[in-house]
Amino acid sequence: MRSTIARLGGVVAAGTALVLGLAACGSGTEEASPTGAQNGDGVTTLKIGFMGDLTGANSALMIPPSQGAQLAVDEFNAKSTKVKVELVKYDSQGNPDQAVTQVQQAITQDKITALVGPGFSGESRNVGPILEQAKIPSISASATNPALADNGWKFWHRVVANDDVQGPAVAEFLVKAKSAKKAFVIDDAAEYGAGLGDAVAKGFESQGVKVERDKIDPEGSDYSSTVTKVKASAPDVIFFGGYYAPLGRLLKQLRDGGVTAVVSSGDGSVDQALVEGAGKDAAEGAVLGCPCLIPFGSDVPELKTFSDNYKAKFGTDPLIYATEGYDAMSAFLKAIEAGNTTSEKINEYLSTIDFKGVSKQIKFNPNGEIAASVIHIYEVKDGNVTWLGDTSKAQLS
Amino acid sequence: MLNDFINQVGPSTVGGLASGAIYALIALGYTMVYGVLRLINFAHSEIFMIGSFAALFVINLMGITGPLSGIALVGTMLLLLLASMAASGGAAVVLERVAYRPLRRRGASRLAALISAIGASIFLQELFALVIIPEVFDRPSQGRNQVPVPRLFDRETVFSIGNTDIRNDHLFIIVAAVAMMILLDVFVNRTKIGRGIRATSQDPETAVLMGVNIDSIIRTTFFVGGAMAGVAALLYAMEFENLRFNVGFLLGVKAFTAAVLGGIGNLRGALLGGLMLGLIENWGSIFFGSEWKDVIAFTVLVLVLLFRPTGILGESLQRARA
Repeated sequence: MRSTIARLGGVVAAGTALVLGLAACGSGTEEASPTGAQNGDGVTTLKIGFMGDLTGANSALMIPPSQGAQLAVDEFNAKSTKVKVELVKYDSQGNPDQAVTQVQQAITQDKITALVGPGFSGESRNVGPILEQAKIPSISASATNPALADNGWKFWHRVVANDDVQGPAVAEFLVKAKSAKKAFVIDDAAEYGAGLGDAVAKGFESQGVKVERDKIDPEGSDYSSTVTKVKASAPDVIFFGGYYAPLGRLLKQLRDGGVTAVVSSGDGSVDQALVEGAGKDAAEGAVLGCPCLIPFGSDVPELKTFSDNYKAKFGTDPLIYATEGYDAMSAFLKAIEAGNTTSEKINEYLSTIDFKGVSKQIKFNPNGEIAASVIHIYEVKDGNVTWLGDTSKAQLS
Repeated sequence: MLNDFINQVGPSTVGGLASGAIYALIALGYTMVYGVLRLINFAHSEIFMIGSFAALFVINLMGITGPLSGIALVGTMLLLLLASMAASGGAAVVLERVAYRPLRRRGASRLAALISAIGASIFLQELFALVIIPEVFDRPSQGRNQVPVPRLFDRETVFSIGNTDIRNDHLFIIVAAVAMMILLDVFVNRTKIGRGIRATSQDPETAVLMGVNIDSIIRTTFFVGGAMAGVAALLYAMEFENLRFNVGFLLGVKAFTAAVLGGIGNLRGALLGGLMLGLIENWGSIFFGSEWKDVIAFTVLVLVLLFRPTGILGESLQRARA
């Protein structure tokens, strides 16, 4: 009995697939959309993915851009009648291997048209070749490893400046602000952290600052050997390349160990969770550089509108990479608005795109890099991460 | 290089002893269970994790948000110690009942018990990441993020030797760990239950003939080993002030290494192995950088095992004492 039903089910399924296939062929003549699905009202629905660490250890960096992308999609769907966009979220947990499995699922099962992300550099490196082969355009709102742009990928873009810009800019700013003679650069020995650490160390050295290095295990918790090294070296500034979770633990142990030098880090650490991890006292005065623009209550009109809309929708202020996530998605949506509904056409449009985004002017270089490279400086003041302005304007307290 | 060593050797030694003391306390659980069952309890790292969250639970329950001092501090510490020991010990007993005893009763191979241990370990980690941290600790959808622990007492330098400041928290960890070891050593070597544990580890069949209740001895062994992990958990939570669902993983690997280094099945070996591992890691990183510390530690482990396959204090496996 069971086998009969199963067989019957199979026949029905095959029949349905056939009918759907025919329907797809029928509509395909009018508007070539191999990845879009059309319903009876002639509305095309395109799926755009978002990939990043949504529940993992560094999810605080990825939830804001996913919400920024969601906001852009919702605004688009509210006014667009012909084409609707569906946002599909992929939680890679920041794991490069998991990202590969998920992007394959996104391409073959979900048939996404474009992808915002992946969020981190490690996963971007793994996912890039697969998207390239499938000819699906991607825009990362947050992956900053410089080498990503050297792969010759035609479908890859990002809306943030890379660490080659971030590193020297942060180093130069710290040397100027703290008149540093000796620096200690620590990193987490991973794709993003080590790259940023190297770039900052190079930046310091080019300013004539003496640099010592050490590396920590981002999964570990006992950093006493690093604290001992830092203390023996007595630097004026300390820079950490890596994410906020290990930095919180390191910062706490540095301060407990009696190290008073200013501690700085990059975009992976610009988050309120840093203050929670390190404790309010240890985190105070930490300096963070970021190619990202976090409004933090700014009254610039466009930023304020964005913040208000974001808060109304999600109940929280837009945090790290929220504006960039919004801009990355907006670039795709602008391409769709201009009548492009296939992955390849959208990608073609991206090469000519030029509009004023929330975070910056969105215009890509031929290698996928953003044309406008700006680095912003933040400082922990009274237990709150505060925006000080870009590197040319920021003043430490 | 030599200059670096002279400048850093003092502070490195203190840091190494403090981390080594925590390794040693966790290593006891591996070594005791191995002694009686010839089984590596790979879920022991999660027993540790449960103890650390139990301590945090009581801290939250008592509404502690900042450093304490005097009587309040002593009372709180004792209460936290009791809570984390009870939670870890209890969890170890439940684990034995659920994951090991049914297999043992059916005469399953030790490999089956090993798989069961790994399964229990993954189950417990995910249980905390998906349910307990979001629900009990009120951090919705942040189950995999670190959970901060408030500072229990202010850190001060108690005394200095040369350029080495000895801090009260480091001193507390080392003293507490060594005191616990001595207590355990007395328990195993001087009490009736201790004699039962030793008898079971030497020859379970004969022990049964001599009237030892094996199930009860195994349960006690799991409880005591778990309780020691509970002590380590409290010390860890107090020192590092950040907990995660997988907090036990790396420490578990290190503690297991310490147990093997010292001679698995030997209690004093666990202490020696733990402290040695902590010191080797910290001294090694002076010369080679902190990223090399695991490489150095495991190179030493391999070298020791080449010359003494049963570890530094280990006897031949058949006669290993608990």
